[in-house]
Amino acid sequence: MAAIMRALERASGLRGLRASIAPIASRGMAVDVAADRVHGGLKDEDRIFTNLYGKHDPFLKGAMKRGDWYNTKDLMLMGPDWIVNEIKASGLRGRGGAGFPSGLKWSFMPKVSDGRPSYLVINADESEPGTCKDREIMRHDPHKLLEGCLIAGTAMRARACYIYIRGEYVNERLNLERARDEAYAAGYLGKNACGSGIDFDINIHYGAGAYICGEETALIESLEGKQGKPRLKPPFPAGVGLYGCPTTVTNVETVAVAPTILRRGAEWFSSFGRKNNAGTKLFCISGHVNKPCTVEEEMSIPLKELIEKHCGGVRGGWDNLLAIIPGGSSVPLIPKKICEEVLMDFDSLKSAQSGLGTAAVIVMDKSTDVVDAIARLSYFYKHESCGQCTPCREGTGWLYNVMERMKKGDARLEEIDMLQELTKQIEGHTICALGDAAAWPVQGLIRHFRPELEARINAQPSAEQIAA
Amino acid sequence: MTHPAAHTSAAPGISRHVASTSSPAARPPPPPPPPPPPRRARRADTVPVFVDGEEIAVPKGVTVLQACEQAGVDVPRFCYHQRLSIAGNCRMCLVEVEKSPKPVASCAMPVMPNMNIKTTTPLVKKAREGVMEFLLINHPLDCPICDQGGECELQDQSLVYGSDRSRFTEYKRAVEDKELGPLVKTVMSRCIHCTRCVRFATEVAGVQDLGVTGRGGMAEIGTYVSKLLSSELSGNVIDLCPVGALTSKPFAFTARSWELRQTESVDVTDGLGSNIRVDARGTEVMRVVPRLHEGVNEEWISDKARFSYDGLKRQRLDSPMVKDASGKLRQATWEQALDAVAAKMRSTPPEQMKAIAGKLADAESIVALKDMFNRVGCGNTRAESVEGVSADSRSSYLFNSNIVGVEDADVILLIGSDPRSEAPVLNARLRRANVAGGTRVASVGPTRDLTYPVESLGDSARDLETLASGSHPFFETMKAAERPLIIVGASALRRADKDAVMKAIHALADATGVVADDWNGFNVLHDAGGVVAALDLGFVPSTSAAGVSDADVSFVYSLGAEAGIEKSPGAFVVYQGHHGDVGAASADVILPGAAYTEKAGTYVNTEGRAQRAMPAVAPLGSAQEDWKIIRALSETVGAALPYDTIGDVRRRMEEISPTFARVDDVQPSMWLNGATYAHIGAKESKIDASEAFGTSVTNFYMTDAISRASATMAKCTKAHAAGAP
Repeated sequence: MAAIMRALERASGLRGLRASIAPIASRGMAVDVAADRVHGGLKDEDRIFTNLYGKHDPFLKGAMKRGDWYNTKDLMLMGPDWIVNEIKASGLRGRGGAGFPSGLKWSFMPKVSDGRPSYLVINADESEPGTCKDREIMRHDPHKLLEGCLIAGTAMRARACYIYIRGEYVNERLNLERARDEAYAAGYLGKNACGSGIDFDINIHYGAGAYICGEETALIESLEGKQGKPRLKPPFPAGVGLYGCPTTVTNVETVAVAPTILRRGAEWFSSFGRKNNAGTKLFCISGHVNKPCTVEEEMSIPLKELIEKHCGGVRGGWDNLLAIIPGGSSVPLIPKKICEEVLMDFDSLKSAQSGLGTAAVIVMDKSTDVVDAIARLSYFYKHESCGQCTPCREGTGWLYNVMERMKKGDARLEEIDMLQELTKQIEGHTICALGDAAAWPVQGLIRHFRPELEARINAQPSAEQIAA
Repeated sequence: MTHPAAHTSAAPGISRHVASTSSPAARPPPPPPPPPPPRRARRADTVPVFVDGEEIAVPKGVTVLQACEQAGVDVPRFCYHQRLSIAGNCRMCLVEVEKSPKPVASCAMPVMPNMNIKTTTPLVKKAREGVMEFLLINHPLDCPICDQGGECELQDQSLVYGSDRSRFTEYKRAVEDKELGPLVKTVMSRCIHCTRCVRFATEVAGVQDLGVTGRGGMAEIGTYVSKLLSSELSGNVIDLCPVGALTSKPFAFTARSWELRQTESVDVTDGLGSNIRVDARGTEVMRVVPRLHEGVNEEWISDKARFSYDGLKRQRLDSPMVKDASGKLRQATWEQALDAVAAKMRSTPPEQMKAIAGKLADAESIVALKDMFNRVGCGNTRAESVEGVSADSRSSYLFNSNIVGVEDADVILLIGSDPRSEAPVLNARLRRANVAGGTRVASVGPTRDLTYPVESLGDSARDLETLASGSHPFFETMKAAERPLIIVGASALRRADKDAVMKAIHALADATGVVADDWNGFNVLHDAGGVVAALDLGFVPSTSAAGVSDADVSFVYSLGAEAGIEKSPGAFVVYQGHHGDVGAASADVILPGAAYTEKAGTYVNTEGRAQRAMPAVAPLGSAQEDWKIIRALSETVGAALPYDTIGDVRRRMEEISPTFARVDDVQPSMWLNGATYAHIGAKESKIDASEAFGTSVTNFYMTDAISRASATMAKCTKAHAAGAP
């Protein structure tokens, strides 16, 4: 019965998508029309995270039933170069937000050690508002992550791995620690991991609740016991990272999908999604949808289909949609009109002047005070700015103050342009990307909801009116 | 440069000099971090870059900012400081680099070959203006009442990159001021969070006192738990602070920077001879700030050098005084005072006279005093803090490795020295040698936190004997070292058994290879500015006067010396100095002299570097420059000195020692393999094994007449006694 329903859904999705692709293509967006493929509708057998909802045993026994730790030794013995090449061929891009090609990133690690050990650091400090994908992996499929660490660590010739887990993720941490203990007991980790002859240790470190510690160099600083403040780059972590040693910091999901990619082949993985946007991806949909969820889907799935199919649609129907933040709080929002056409992948969202980010889809219906929503994000970035560099330290607070006034319309019309200019003064001038992340939501708001801002300002009585 | 190669026997303590090109002084000083671009770098070590279209070759590995500096392009900056680590947080130095999508922080970006750097594009201007606007939104507009006004980097840069009006209509941040002790005043609302002070305290001063607490707009610089800065170098954060957040507490609200007359001078409060600038208004010294000298103090000075100037206004001797019949000192004219001294001098047999040069005395007055005493037939001339120290071999009392040389050493042994108190700026160098260069430091003597790890080898003279005999494992460490170095503290020279101790140290130095062909690691660290000049000028007793007992002395002439007078009770005491301190209290005649800020003087630092100080203000009241007083007295006595101008005096100094012929130069001195003390037998001097090595400075803040008169130094003493580390 369910299968029939899915088939029906897919059919209807097809129709909807064809209709929506045409205008995008005609506007010159990079859509793989030649392939004539419609993305989405990932089959159950193609899912990587088969225990995403925790319906099965998350620990070793259950994980092995799902295929984890199967022939890991063979994969390891294929050698670092093979692993890196497979990952390159699979087209996997980092799932932490920036979307850097993973195989390329892993290949930056030194092939021959100069005496220093190499480290793999897993960024499990998932704190981007709206994002809740890594936690599902860690609490329901922790062995996928651990096995991924071993594989990625092998590819980087790393001696050890540090998993920096967000402090608020208590249950996730407990599950992960239990899974790690199981893996050690089973000989999958530690000395002679999986019988491969490679020694590999995994350490789990708890964060203390700072968003900025999700920035890779701040995370390294925090791991070293210092204040979580981003480092200047260069030198990049692959040269000088944790404790001054070559380090690669990578997202939980990126690493967790690696073993499955290697087992099922790079071609299998790259068969999903459009060119340069390969694979499957965890989408976290929250906000004004009927059934918020985290779901694994094919990349390049149309945003509308993602919401309609997996989340039971927008609350009050699609026409009640106001705007969507498609990739976590850092990316600019897109209004309904673009939501109808856009595909959920890096390139399509980029050409829509937004971004895939962490694929955390925040849906806002027409009941939303969109200015207030963005003002709240500005508060978040003001609160989480580390205070190290000037534009972010001073600018985020200023942005928030202006946004608070914009919310009430307590501003002058020209201050909208000033606000836009402020975001431009922050963007690109900071040590890390938090400045950009603070600027983009506001830029998105001004880009798409300028009339709303103007209306609020105009609705306020002017000084002359008050005087009269 | 002409100076006599040989000297007359008139100066008993002539030092021997040898001009050897392979001596330590000839070695170039090590480059400060990060290395400045050498003028003629080899082709292979340079990379071509383009700065605003012009191609220049810069050394590999330098930053974009340094490349711009080399090209003569000014890049604004707040957080960057060449002697501190790179923070890259102010974002003021953004420049455009071709092919880079974003402007880059030039202070942190290393140059790449053929990099095309643009500093004048609209993008750069806009970026800097943006950063400036952000810096100013939370910076109070209190320049008119800010002590940094006029020498504020933010003020200067805002003239270029600031807007003439603000569009910031929100509330400005206010930050609670921090209490950092009696020296550094804080107005934390002005802070722009460049973290220069934090990096200075952590990296240079070696105290983990300052840090950033809070984050984002709530970030504050402070000590977290309120405490005073426990560093002897704390005043330097005032110079480092680009804004008025950290200013001088004693200087607060006393003068504006543009009212001050700036005079180049030399610090005399320790043996280092740190280069200073004395800022004065009218007849008053308002403040003291450091001058750059790579070979001596880089750009740091100690808190005593910086803040003891208020002692120049207290307890001063401003008029000649003569003791009357009732035993009370009465104000007198110069004529009366000089007559009184001359009369006494004429009536005293020369063998009963004694002259003591104080530790702050300038070389000019020392040579005048020596010449005058020699003319009246007295050779009993002694320097206050190194009485009895031989001046025969210059290398036996100098800091032979030079101050920069400590950074080349791989093992350092301190003997009876606490460099943190005796020469804090040198201690910062020792710290750098240890932290950055991995130099091992060990100490026979006081154990104190020197801000870097020091192995204690005990503190008694017995421990020194054990080490010198080779039975201590550290002996082998020194022997194995390529460039071992010994620092002998001034306290070792004041011991009763100093000759035997020095002999043992020389033996140790020879046995462990402290002196080699191209390396002389035997160092004496003097603790005041006038000591080495006295030894260089041979201000030591002549052979005939060496045996004169202090008890037989009936006329003492103290040139600012506080100690040594008491050894001759009942003697007629002439005190020529500037402060009513211990020495003046026992005087029969007081001749008011000038402090180091009030006269043109030459001082020789512990490494033998002669340096000139210019007068910043006129001597107080009817006080006179010291050499002039002695010149006048010599005439009254009837032994007129043959010089009438300071130029003549200096020519006389050059005659005695070529040190003075080459100002700001270190003359290498010949190593005599311990010959100075070789003749010392057990009969002459025997090591008192039980006596511990101490330090010559028990309270860093009060070591001389000026700092003892300083209220600021008294406050520091009190504060540190209360919260001493």
